[in-house]
Amino acid sequence: MAEKLDILVIGAGPAGYVCAIRAAQLGLNTGCVEASTYEGGMGGTCLNWGCIPAKALLESASLVQNLKAHGEEMGVRAENVVYDMSAAVDRSRFISEKLTGGIRFLFKKNKVEVFEGRGRVTGPGTVEVTPEEGDPYLVEAANIVVATGAAMMSFPGFEIDGDKVIGSREALALRNLPERMVVVGGGYVGVEFADVFSAFGVDVTVVEMLDTLVPVSDPEVGKTLARSFKKRGMTIKTGTKVVSLDREASPMVLTVESKKGQETIETDILLMAVGRKPVTEGLGLEALGVEMDGPWIKINEWCESSAPGVYAIGDVAGQPMLAHKGSHEGIVAAERIAGVAHHPMRYDNIPSVGYCHPEVASIGLTEDEAKEAGHEIKVGKYPLTSHGRALTAGHNEGFVKIIADARYGEILGVHMIGYNVSELIGEVGMARALESTVEEIAAHAHAHPSMAEAVMEAALATMDRAIHI
Amino acid sequence: MATKIVMAQLSPTMEEGKLLEWKVAEGDTIEASDLLAEIETDKANMDIEALGGGVVLKILVQAGATVPVGALIGIIGEEGEDISSLLAEAEAAASGTPVEAEPVESAPVVEEPVVPPAPPATPAVAPEPVAPTPGVELPHSHAGESAVTGTVKASPVARRMADEAGLLVSDISGSGPGGRVIKRDVEAAISAGVSAPAPAKSTAAAPAQAAQTVPAGPPRLVDETLEPSQMRKAIARRLVTSIGPVPHFFLTIEVDMGRILELRKAMNGRLETGKIGVNDILVKVTAEALARHPEINASWQDDTIRRHGSVDIGIAVAIEDGLITPVVRGADRKGLLQIAAEASELVGRAREKRLLPEEYQGATFSVSNLGMFDIDQFTAIINPPEAAILAVGSTSEKAVVVDGEITVRQRMRVTMSCDHRVIDGASGARFLQTFKAMIENPLELVL
Repeated sequence: MAEKLDILVIGAGPAGYVCAIRAAQLGLNTGCVEASTYEGGMGGTCLNWGCIPAKALLESASLVQNLKAHGEEMGVRAENVVYDMSAAVDRSRFISEKLTGGIRFLFKKNKVEVFEGRGRVTGPGTVEVTPEEGDPYLVEAANIVVATGAAMMSFPGFEIDGDKVIGSREALALRNLPERMVVVGGGYVGVEFADVFSAFGVDVTVVEMLDTLVPVSDPEVGKTLARSFKKRGMTIKTGTKVVSLDREASPMVLTVESKKGQETIETDILLMAVGRKPVTEGLGLEALGVEMDGPWIKINEWCESSAPGVYAIGDVAGQPMLAHKGSHEGIVAAERIAGVAHHPMRYDNIPSVGYCHPEVASIGLTEDEAKEAGHEIKVGKYPLTSHGRALTAGHNEGFVKIIADARYGEILGVHMIGYNVSELIGEVGMARALESTVEEIAAHAHAHPSMAEAVMEAALATMDRAIHI
Repeated sequence: MATKIVMAQLSPTMEEGKLLEWKVAEGDTIEASDLLAEIETDKANMDIEALGGGVVLKILVQAGATVPVGALIGIIGEEGEDISSLLAEAEAAASGTPVEAEPVESAPVVEEPVVPPAPPATPAVAPEPVAPTPGVELPHSHAGESAVTGTVKASPVARRMADEAGLLVSDISGSGPGGRVIKRDVEAAISAGVSAPAPAKSTAAAPAQAAQTVPAGPPRLVDETLEPSQMRKAIARRLVTSIGPVPHFFLTIEVDMGRILELRKAMNGRLETGKIGVNDILVKVTAEALARHPEINASWQDDTIRRHGSVDIGIAVAIEDGLITPVVRGADRKGLLQIAAEASELVGRAREKRLLPEEYQGATFSVSNLGMFDIDQFTAIINPPEAAILAVGSTSEKAVVVDGEITVRQRMRVTMSCDHRVIDGASGARFLQTFKAMIENPLELVL
């Protein structure tokens, strides 16, 4: 057995690999267990079968969509445009591999020892690693960080068969496009895939159980997105749940139910985007007395579990199951273990972004949540209809909405939909982190013409001072 | 698990500390909150307490030495524990960085754990952290307040909450980065119902002093923030370019002390214990005059004028190597006896350098008296964010003309330094008129 480590991270996804690198930077003797054959492999779901390849496909979709919707008016007339989904998938795989290779390089550079195989905690400070070939062996570490992520989820009757009923992983490698597709789930994952396949000419229907798409955002965002998707020819069924699926029929027949009653939809492929469940089975956590919080490992704001010396980060450690949340937890855990932690996790200030077109981004409370929390609020909403940068980009749908505390001007929540808003959420996240008020955002001269001006206008609008409304 | 004892930042402006005396010796077994050492800071002598128990393994800085804030001065751990790496680190630090080391801007951490509270079952072998700043979250002492500029690091939300609640951010301990006052600090201050400074968490050696009791009943003034007129803004803008960040001007007035000295004599004659000093009377009269002229009991803050709801008088006390201003709070609502008792107690401890930070911060007006040094008249420098300070000269016999005749009277000259952004010549003069009227006719005090 190798010498005892200071910290052993189980899982090399966006939470685990960031944790390992930070720990190594801090001079800790660091190891990382990763089963390369597992869903993630180095880089986890995010780099292999999630955020990164999905964004690559979305860029292809955006190109297609721009040509279709705006090419002619922008002076680019494209004739005989051929959709080559296979080439788009190849490109996304290439990017994915480049980035996962980058993590191996960073591990080497920072002297993070990699243990290929599956990790299982066998006792305090001891992890058994089972490689694909060869005998299991033990690794000892003073601190164990569980970063095993989450896996695709479905429910009875809708089991993923990888062929006609698929999950995000299969969707990311779907080279032969069906004629029709139903996406079950209108969260970020669902709307992103709907965007991609619709742009490539698939007849897409989105079925969402809740009343709006992207339900973690302010309802206005979801409604605007649904309107935009419908304009592009998609069918959006919100407030609708799936009841049953006849997969023997050709095409398959999906039965859904809404307030209006039941109806059937014919489809070639069903894409399940109904969430992901944390991977905790077979990790040996029960033996250590690690407390759970539902399906997740229960942690405090320093990512410490209830068992001494055991930390949990990323999707396995609770919602929101987002890569950047996990990465940040990785840093907090590493610094905590090294004794240099400055700031605990602030779960109320994690941005969430959907990269569909138009993009959607949210942080903090929705308007209703702010009211329920007892705030007297001022809402500043700035539509992009006549926004200079949005118009020049050819994407002037959407808005930026800031919910501010009426008394103190505190920025309680920001919700936006529109061109490139994924890049705007950082400004308001930082403003919130610094406890800026709307006044500080309004007082800063934002570059013109930029989408960021929309944030400034929304801040002004909370004070009834917007210029361009 | 070894823990470091470091030179804590015990006052907002402290950059280094002198180790006056160790209260423990190497090999001593100690418990949490035991006194470890006495430290002389730029403001007061204070003690460092142990945050946890253990054995004093090493004392690195001997009594009499001065080291920068954050420097390692000793090590606590378990008997027989290997601390060679810590010692090497200390040596490296000592040889590598002289006293110029950056003042630690983070928490006034008394002890800095080398490893986080690790589970007993998994003996932590984490190496020494390359910790530029300590990993322990402790409340910061008074918000990174600069004595020179009076600026306080505070988040915009915190400032607005404090304003609405009638609190001064300078009175609130900041727990954000670098002592920044953030929302949660103001919320805590509001729920604690303090408008006086929040108790600092430093471990001062002074006997725990009960907070000053301010008489019951509604205060006579209210905290309020005024939006200055454009003219006033222009005055503020232009004058600072002339004389510095606080544009001073000076008003001198001579007052007749005859009656007030008689009154004092009479009062002291009736007192069995304690005496009322001239300065106590001046504090009382000043406080009363301020209550009648709230425009003087104010501060220039972030382009607004802050009128204070409480009249808190700082008394400048000369101490060895400097001066300090203990504060009598709510002085306009306290009787002379109470003021005299509090002032004497505060001044006594000030001279022993035993004041707590909250006892010398946050005055709204100061009185500085050099009469005992036979100084006829002088000008004092305003201590921001206060807007004025009263410099009191000696009382001496002078020939004055009263009703056409030359007579000998007890006269005293006071000079008020005023912040011209807040106070104008006329408003300052009216204040001094009230002051003079009360001194010369003490019955005014009860009117």
